[in-house]
Amino acid sequence: MNRHAIWAIYRVEMARTMRTLLQSVVSPVISTSLYFVVFGAAIGSRISEIGGVSYGAFIVPGLIMLSLLTQSISNASFGIYFPKFVGTIFELLSAPVSYLEIVIAYVGAAATKSVAIGLIILATASLFVPLHIEHPIWMLCFLVLTAVTFSLFGFIIGIWAQSFEQLQLVPLLIVTPLTFLGGSFYSIDMLPGIWRTITLFNPVVYLISGFRWSFFGTADVSLGVSLGMTLAFLFACIAVVGWIFKTGYRLRT
Amino acid sequence: MTLPPANRHSGPDKEIHSKSKAVPMQPIISISGVSKIYASGFNALKAVNLEIRRGEIFALLGPNGAGKTTLISIVCGIVNRSGGTVTVDGHDISTDYRAARSLIGLVPQELTVEAFETVRATLNFSRGLFGKPPNPELVDKILKDLSLWDKRDAKVTTLSGGMKRRVMIGKALAHEPQILFLDEPTAGVDVELRQDMWAMVRRLRESGVTIILTTHYIEEAEEMADRVGVINHGEIVLVEDKTELMRKLGRKVMRLELRQKLDAIPAALSKYALELAKDGGSLTYTYDNQSERPGVASLLRDLEAAGVQFRDLDTENSSLEEIFVNLVRHS
Repeated sequence: MNRHAIWAIYRVEMARTMRTLLQSVVSPVISTSLYFVVFGAAIGSRISEIGGVSYGAFIVPGLIMLSLLTQSISNASFGIYFPKFVGTIFELLSAPVSYLEIVIAYVGAAATKSVAIGLIILATASLFVPLHIEHPIWMLCFLVLTAVTFSLFGFIIGIWAQSFEQLQLVPLLIVTPLTFLGGSFYSIDMLPGIWRTITLFNPVVYLISGFRWSFFGTADVSLGVSLGMTLAFLFACIAVVGWIFKTGYRLRT
Repeated sequence: MTLPPANRHSGPDKEIHSKSKAVPMQPIISISGVSKIYASGFNALKAVNLEIRRGEIFALLGPNGAGKTTLISIVCGIVNRSGGTVTVDGHDISTDYRAARSLIGLVPQELTVEAFETVRATLNFSRGLFGKPPNPELVDKILKDLSLWDKRDAKVTTLSGGMKRRVMIGKALAHEPQILFLDEPTAGVDVELRQDMWAMVRRLRESGVTIILTTHYIEEAEEMADRVGVINHGEIVLVEDKTELMRKLGRKVMRLELRQKLDAIPAALSKYALELAKDGGSLTYTYDNQSERPGVASLLRDLEAAGVQFRDLDTENSSLEEIFVNLVRHS
């Protein structure tokens, strides 16, 4: 294991975060606050409670997931896309590092950052609504698992993308809609029958549901299913990354 | 994942040294039958065989698109080869890539640097990437040697092109490579940096580093290299000791602009192997640099005797450049 290399990449990636502190950390805090003002105050005054939880508190897990997903994807995809774009990738390819080490470093750094952002949002949210976390260990597990899974997904997008437009395409056209429609701001039980069934095909539903369970002990779908779906997506991403490295797809010509 | 961790900590110098004692003639890089066909169908390399000797400066010459960079990229692990094998100090570049790659430093042609990092941070990064523990003293020394010391805490993006080139060299040296690839190192580089660079190359060679460079500036190869290889259309056309090559192929050329056009070279001048231009308006005389063959003076006398008058005359030394151009044209 070339641990010096993992550490070197990890540190550079984290340094990038620190350089762009305003964009990386302050912007999620501001947008979370805005969501609270709009959804919590304006809409929340009309929806009093969902499953015994105040609406303001109910949307916290969804908001964290929303940021976690978008941040994981954008950090990891940019982290590997940028060296490809400017050409510094040559050094990574010529270095005595294994694919596993590359993934650990890039995905680890992206996941670290998004977990940190998730926790900052949690702290911000607790300023707006009183929060009690039923299963803190599970909460952290879901946080880390989701961050790693979607950082892997972002890593795949970063390798696939050949332009900045493509880099934005998947998060914009797929991930954001899925997150908004995945129950960030509502319980899927509130949907009419057919839409509820359709929603169950949205993988983000399971992430948010499981995460919400760790907060309040209640969920749209069972914990086992949530965990199973998250892990399934994780392994799917691992499989794709494995294939990318085996074939050298868009990395080694 | 084949490199035992202990390998990284044992001094590479010692290891190389003991190996070279055991098998003195073993080439440090051995390329055999390496071919490359890109997905576009372009056949960039055709079964290339090449051996690089330990401790030499090897110049790889070739026109644009000849396959120089592809060959280097394959050895360094950036491009997958379509066929053949490459070993670096006995390590196969695929099955034992860690050992092979950790010996190699690469300075690519393009100026690609981590723009937003500081100079020192990028060197530290490169060192770490190649599996070496931090060594601030060594990195400081490299920065000083490359005249980057004043810029050590500057962001790379603020540097001039020449300075960025120095940073790239520094990055390649930061992990103490035994083999250094310089791909077009002096393209767009000013005189001062060029001289610094060649001084550095000489120092590195003295310390036992093998250097492979590609260049368009053939006078550089002429000045620096121990051996020269010429590649064209993906094939190695020639590999030769530089001095040998210059001796064999180095020539002097004299051109005579004639007053009156000739139909044929007069018989009296046949011993000179003159070439008559197609329009009959000029004669070209090519002779060896160190030749004991009839010189210019006797030719001029004989020309006069044969009644051939000329308007003008010029001579030039054929350099490695012309040798190269000739080889490439005829290959």
